[in-house]
Amino acid sequence: MNRLRRALLGALAALLAKPLASLAAWNESAFGAKTPQDALKGIGVANPAPSKEIVIDAPQIAENGAVVPIEITSNIPGTSSIAVVLEKNPFPLAAKFDFGEGALPYVKLNVKMAETADVRVVAAAGGRHYSATREIKVTIGGCGG
Amino acid sequence: MAGPMKIRATLAGGNTAGAAGTTEIRVLMSHPMTTAQSGQPLHFIQNVTVKLNGRAVIEAEVSQAVSRNPVFSFRLKGGAKGDRIEVAWLDNQGESNRIETAVA
Repeated sequence: MNRLRRALLGALAALLAKPLASLAAWNESAFGAKTPQDALKGIGVANPAPSKEIVIDAPQIAENGAVVPIEITSNIPGTSSIAVVLEKNPFPLAAKFDFGEGALPYVKLNVKMAETADVRVVAAAGGRHYSATREIKVTIGGCGG
Repeated sequence: MAGPMKIRATLAGGNTAGAAGTTEIRVLMSHPMTTAQSGQPLHFIQNVTVKLNGRAVIEAEVSQAVSRNPVFSFRLKGGAKGDRIEVAWLDNQGESNRIETAVA
């Protein structure tokens, strides 16, 4: 009886866990946008101010577009999020990072780039948006992966 | 198929006089991250969460533009050896994985 009850509870827990996990937010309209402008609109960004306080460290030339390392640091006080937009990718918005108390506005990641393009980084701080860009030349595009 | 993860969290730059250092987190996820252009079923990580001692400190939404077998580095203000760091991901097909480590 106890064993049966445990099995039933286990199955029920498994059923409940699945839909709960899939409730995590993913901004479908922003990530589905096909232009950088629409992608930024999708995450609520309009006319970000250019800023030299956003540091984008990336290779000038990426021989393999499938793995382009990008390291981002925002030195803007109070930075709460960083978005990465690959301006010539079929779906330009690559990632958005939200930083809570205790996290530094820093991230390093690898992305796929379809072709030579600007990488635009938009940081949010104190309800305002700031952006910086950096061109990365891509020898072999990497979106077939 | 989505596979195992690796994680490392180290405290850098702190000293015994009490100056706060930085906790560096490096995490690797085994995942195909297939795109809509690849001709394969679209399969990519959408959400990544970093927790410090059970509290979410970084929440990320990512797209299929992140490279296969994603590697991320993150930094936390301060930290102490033994702090628990957890990183979890969830993909567009409902698969998920998580890994935990102690700051060294």
